[in-house]
Amino acid sequence: MSERLKSDEDFSKIDLNPSKTGWMDTPTVIKDGMFCFAAKPQSVKTLDLPYSREWNPKHDDWKLPENWKEIIYEGMRDRLDRFRTFKIFMDICVRCGACADKCHFFIGTGDPKNMPVLRAELIRSVYKNDFTTFGKIFGKLGGARPLTLDVLKEWWYYFFQCSECRRCSVFCPYGIDTAEITIIGRELLNLLGLNIDWIATPVSNCYMTGNHMGIQPHAFVGMLEFFVDDIEECTGVRVNPTFNKKGADILFVTPSGDVFGDPGTYTCMGYMILFHYLKEKYGLEVTWSTYASEGGNFGLFTSNEVMKRLNSKMYAEAKRLGVKWILGGECGHMWRVINQYMGTMNGPADFLEEPVNPITGTKFENAKSTKMVHIVEFTADLIKHGKLDLDPSRNDNLKVTFHDSCNPARGMGFFEEPRYVIKNVCNNYYDMPRNCIKEQTFCCGSGSGLNASEDMELRLAGGLPRANAVKYVNEKHGVNMLACICAIDRAVLPPLMGYWVPEVDVTGIHELVTNALIIPGEKEKTVNLRGEDIPDKESDPDEYYVRPAFSGR
Amino acid sequence: MNVNYMFSLLAVVVLILLAYVGVEGAGLQVLFGVIIPYIAVFIFIAGFVYRVMDWVRSPVPFRIPSTCGQQKSLPWIKENKIDNPSTAGGVIVRMIFEILFFRSLFRNTSCRLNEGAKITYVWEKWLWLAALAFHYSFLTVLIRHLRFFLEPVPVCLQLLEKVDSFFQLGLPGLFLSGVVLLAAVIFLFLRRIYIPQVRYISLASDFFPLFLIISIAITGIFMRYFTKVDIVGIKEFAMGLVTLHPTIPDGLGGLFYVHLFLVSVLFVYFPFSKLMHMGGVFLSPTRNLPNNNRAERHINPWNPSVKLHTYQEYEDDFREKMIEAGLPVEKES
Ligand code: HEM
Ligand code: SF4
Ligand code: SF4
Repeated sequence: MSERLKSDEDFSKIDLNPSKTGWMDTPTVIKDGMFCFAAKPQSVKTLDLPYSREWNPKHDDWKLPENWKEIIYEGMRDRLDRFRTFKIFMDICVRCGACADKCHFFIGTGDPKNMPVLRAELIRSVYKNDFTTFGKIFGKLGGARPLTLDVLKEWWYYFFQCSECRRCSVFCPYGIDTAEITIIGRELLNLLGLNIDWIATPVSNCYMTGNHMGIQPHAFVGMLEFFVDDIEECTGVRVNPTFNKKGADILFVTPSGDVFGDPGTYTCMGYMILFHYLKEKYGLEVTWSTYASEGGNFGLFTSNEVMKRLNSKMYAEAKRLGVKWILGGECGHMWRVINQYMGTMNGPADFLEEPVNPITGTKFENAKSTKMVHIVEFTADLIKHGKLDLDPSRNDNLKVTFHDSCNPARGMGFFEEPRYVIKNVCNNYYDMPRNCIKEQTFCCGSGSGLNASEDMELRLAGGLPRANAVKYVNEKHGVNMLACICAIDRAVLPPLMGYWVPEVDVTGIHELVTNALIIPGEKEKTVNLRGEDIPDKESDPDEYYVRPAFSGR
Repeated sequence: MNVNYMFSLLAVVVLILLAYVGVEGAGLQVLFGVIIPYIAVFIFIAGFVYRVMDWVRSPVPFRIPSTCGQQKSLPWIKENKIDNPSTAGGVIVRMIFEILFFRSLFRNTSCRLNEGAKITYVWEKWLWLAALAFHYSFLTVLIRHLRFFLEPVPVCLQLLEKVDSFFQLGLPGLFLSGVVLLAAVIFLFLRRIYIPQVRYISLASDFFPLFLIISIAITGIFMRYFTKVDIVGIKEFAMGLVTLHPTIPDGLGGLFYVHLFLVSVLFVYFPFSKLMHMGGVFLSPTRNLPNNNRAERHINPWNPSVKLHTYQEYEDDFREKMIEAGLPVEKES
């Protein structure tokens, strides 16, 4: 990925018309750049998940257990009994094709097996064969086929080419959610130890050290203290984050990715500045935890049981520290877990209080059971009540657009809160076209644990529809900054933009917020959190952020 | 040439011949007129109920609606009560929109890759329109058929017929629903052949019901407008079936038995196939649940107990490093 790739040329090679040969007769070839490496045995072992071993997807022999077919069959039967979604989604698809061209991986690769309906059909065919009278009578004519090693490999390849974004489910007349089918498909594959490393290793890290990155407690503190120095350098204010502090008002949990890599680190500094501000002005005490130091949850991409194991730390820590409620940082799949699974899995959280913003008195009615509030809801509430001193002109070098992350969009409906916050801290805001945002938003192409480096080709292809919409507002309005509320986005959108729209950079919302925030006692700011000059009031935003050729960040 | 639809076409032709020859050649009126229809209705009802009960037997462990509008959050942010319902009432409205108006299908667009590396998503409502036309005309035709099975014919049925035969073109009055049904099904068939992606995903079992319905519609239209079957005889026959005193009037003709047989096949095919979407759409967990998980806890009946890595274990792992970094600990050693 060193030289500047010819993205336009790549674009012209995409063909959305499938070949003449039927899909069942088209063998699957596992291509470099399109798959993630197999999990390290140790990571699988740490989690007590089955069949940890060295294996390589490119090899013919996947070293499967002797009775693998039986394991899959039993696994499917068990899941059909436990998930109504699985059963219904297997049974009622009419193959109308409404979902076909809604998937970013299909649009970006033209590979017909990336059409959501076909992705589902990969497993539906086996379901029909093994579990339905229809399939037993009509066989291939009814879309049934037996499970073979090639079919299993095909599952693996394509269930790890779905980012569980749920865009397809929005368009399906029956709400068939291919993400749900992928989730269950991956659970089945993991029964045979076919985990990918980019998921299994973060999960095992998170299980043992509290976060995906495997940052140990002292290092976590060290990294945030490093940010304290950075913040002081550019604002003149020394913030003082607290860790594992009993009796704090609020526990704050955010993805560890933001502690680790740019530009997420600036968002992390943003949180620290905001909490400092709230403490100085209003006496609000927010604490970080090193035990629950991960908001994200790659367990969601492993199995519902593993998701529960990782998620449990948030409540356990909130209980131990005796806080009133939990505040969650900017993250995508983290919020799908919190909004749609957490209360069910690990609730009831009756040891916490129904969340109230002590500064504004606002009751977060929508979070009264789970007792966890999104920081953008929280900040929007503060801004609405005039509790933050803001100078949006400090962001005048930016023309901003907003990327709705899949999970908060389609697993929550989180559309207006982030836009409200951005518009209050930036003067130049432009939405992308309507069929690329909100519930119809396009995935970054790297969600659901596919943000490894070995599958970069897949990621750049899958991110094409998103990048193309950004390019549209870049060309039309001169947009130069893509804001998002997801740590994976902050890690993966920079290379994606670098490839398709190099003029545009990426930021989290709380970086924008604290750029605009007037902190008590701050020095006259000349640089922003990134160490870049703050623009003159009259300067032209088009002159900023013309980035050099893609350097492979 | 596509084997998938050729096979289905062939299957339907064979079924047609079977009924025609069976009646006209072998005189099996009782088999095709009485025994098979009874069996078909029985399989349809029993099969349908069984399938739905089978779905209901599996629990809904998580509340996972696809949220297609603004959530309910802060009081000054306008929530989308229909596309992202937070209450049971909202869910009911959402489901009504889905079932009566195919709300989700209405969102459909078609993706185009253009010169200069530009992707566009263009207006595509034809599938929605054809699906709606198809289902409503199918429903109308179905309801109209009740006049054969009810005596006296209810007023509302007579009214429906009046509306349906709005375009009076000579006698008998032309029923719009029959024509629309045929046109819509033919459109759905053509789209399966001509849109490359849809052709690619279509199975023989997707073409079969289309050919079946096309044949049912054509035989029906033929009987009504061209061969002019004996309506009085058919009424007598139908009343016989519903009152469980089946009779076989003379002179109903092979075409009628073909029509009846194809309908019987559709009934039998229904509960085993994707046509069960009729029942499934009501139960789809991404549509029929409110997005209020954070406000009201959803219960998973099989919520598993799982192995955890507790804070105490964590502190045991890192105690010294924590103390050194100035982090508070529960136990000093
Ligand atoms: C209530 C919500 C329903 C929705 C949203 C819905 C939607 C659809 C759609 C999108 C198709 C696909 C057309 C195609 O093949 O391209 C279809 C086909 C069909 N539906 Fe429905 N449907 C519904 C209810 C029903 C009901 C109540 C029946 C009862 C008879 C029914 C019977 C059929 C049949 C016979 C076909 C055509 C068969 C085929 O294409 O293979 N549907 N439906
Ligand atoms: S939109 Fe739904 S019913 Fe249509 S093909 Fe896709 S999954 Fe099947
Ligand atoms: S969930 Fe997203 S990535 Fe997966 S099939 Fe659907 S649209 Fe494609």
